[in-house]
Amino acid sequence: MTTAVERRRRLMPRWRDYGRPRELVVRYLLLLFVLVITVGPLLWQLLASLKSTSEDVFGASATLLPRHPTLRAYEAIFEQVPVATYIRNSLIVVVLSITSQLVFSTMAGYMLSKPGWKGRKAVWIVLAASMMFPFESIMVSLFLSIRDLGLVDNLVGVWLPGFVGAINVLLMRGAFLAVPREIEDSAMLDGASEWQRFRYLYLPSAWGAIMVVVINTFISAWDDFLWPLIVLRSENHMTLTLGLSRLQSSSFGYDQRMVMAGSVISIIPVLLLFVITQRWFYKGVSAGAVKF
Amino acid sequence: MVTDTVKPVPVPGTERTTSVPGTTPSRLSRLGRALLPGPAAGANGAALYRRWWLPWLWAAPAILCAAVFGVFPFLNTVLLSFTNAKPLGGAASFVGLSNYRRMLGDSDFWLATRNSVLYAVIVVPLMVLLPLMLAVLVEKKLPGIGFFRSAFYTPVLASSVVVGLSWQWLLADDGLINTWLQKAHLIKQAIPFLSDSWLILLCAMGLTLWKGLGWYMVFYLAALGNVPNELHEAAAMDGAGAIRRFWHITVPGVRQAMMLVGTLTGIGSLRVFTEIFMLGSYTGGPGGADRTLPFYIRDVGLDPMTGNAGYGSAVSVALFLLTLGLTLLAQRLTKEDES
Repeated sequence: MTTAVERRRRLMPRWRDYGRPRELVVRYLLLLFVLVITVGPLLWQLLASLKSTSEDVFGASATLLPRHPTLRAYEAIFEQVPVATYIRNSLIVVVLSITSQLVFSTMAGYMLSKPGWKGRKAVWIVLAASMMFPFESIMVSLFLSIRDLGLVDNLVGVWLPGFVGAINVLLMRGAFLAVPREIEDSAMLDGASEWQRFRYLYLPSAWGAIMVVVINTFISAWDDFLWPLIVLRSENHMTLTLGLSRLQSSSFGYDQRMVMAGSVISIIPVLLLFVITQRWFYKGVSAGAVKF
Repeated sequence: MVTDTVKPVPVPGTERTTSVPGTTPSRLSRLGRALLPGPAAGANGAALYRRWWLPWLWAAPAILCAAVFGVFPFLNTVLLSFTNAKPLGGAASFVGLSNYRRMLGDSDFWLATRNSVLYAVIVVPLMVLLPLMLAVLVEKKLPGIGFFRSAFYTPVLASSVVVGLSWQWLLADDGLINTWLQKAHLIKQAIPFLSDSWLILLCAMGLTLWKGLGWYMVFYLAALGNVPNELHEAAAMDGAGAIRRFWHITVPGVRQAMMLVGTLTGIGSLRVFTEIFMLGSYTGGPGGADRTLPFYIRDVGLDPMTGNAGYGSAVSVALFLLTLGLTLLAQRLTKEDES
């Protein structure tokens, strides 16, 4: 007879179950090597942002770890640079984008998943065509449109071209197609209206796709650089990425620790989102494989 | 599971006015039915009770956005490329083909094209292979592998500006890499990563690779799941080493995914802007020597003072044609590969 402890030990994987020791060592060494390459530069940024002004960030005497860790650079950036305004502006664009993307991509995706209405093909063609043109090849014309609308140097101008993306419509359509027709039919027999079926039957069953849309929209709006750079002009309308890039290139010679603190601030929201929604995150890669 | 989420809805006094199947007047010819508003042929269930304009209403914002900010700008770009429009407004006049003529003789345009094409030529093969190797490395479920996978993904999350800043400091003359190399006595003088135009271009490519690694790793992980494990086991039995198994089993097994990654990264390479902007400053390298096509479009087309939106549009058309050509080439290669 085996005791409970023995049985448990047998169920728990042991190191040698994972392969030969030599192979394991090589694997972990490689993993660590890639870890240093991928996370190293970002980690270094974090460490440098914690250094006090008496320590060198660069040069031969600079150490990797801060000798006197301090949050002074984080205070300084809020004092010397309107970083709070930058963050607010970025959040405005992010919230506007997520709201519009979510509402309109689900509604259009829902209708596109339904058979038997006229003009479906035409809608399909317009959506597919809009995905054909790389943003960089239409940005001149887009800017002229934004200018004609009087939205230069306006956050609405940053948001507008991305208020609903065709790729998200297709994503939602795919998710809605997975809902069995019989359930819809029975909901109809119970007298559920179109809106009720959409709201209480389809939306809850497309939860995963909705998360993917939210995550992708958040990241692309928060990290975007080229379009805000084109549209925005004045300091108090800048988004965070724009403000950060200007800190670095400006001739004021801002404290490097401060700029690094700004970078860390800009990564934190996305990192948090990643940790919270990791389950859906990876799905987004295969679902919306258009990002570079 | 799904049915649980359906709220019981009270049956209202049904106010359906649309006709139900079987009651449609049979006099209507096929053509007439196709033209008249109403459910299309083959409709059943919910579609019959939906008024014809309702789907259009629901899809309207998406159609509008796609048309106004996707299709129209492209058509407009083609039109603009025959004018001398200014980015900040003012009268524009038709100038015929002169923008295109100017473009063909513009050495800066060719330089930008060369940079963009070179970017694709170097980045695409690496971006197809390196993330695949990484995916193979993290595929096996080892203790702590979840941590490694997430960590490798972090560069994807950071914006290009942030990673650009970070690389800028790593590569500066007194930056981490130069300092370490000097400490190790491998070099005497700092390597001019950020002032030599070739080095800037190469570093920007490295940045693109570094940032895309995690993204395509995850992409490949999904594809690797479809490669039968038995093949690896059989090959290992026959004495094939890890490298041979990679080339002879993994690579053929994920061929389709590799083609897709190649296409996507090729298109992505032609879109590079921020990496050059961050590492080569706002001029795009010394004297603009590292400018890519999007960079050049912004410089010539959107500069508030000297910009010429017409000329910028002509370059935009060139960029589009390059992208289109690449997509068609990839499609053709994929098709040949399948047959």
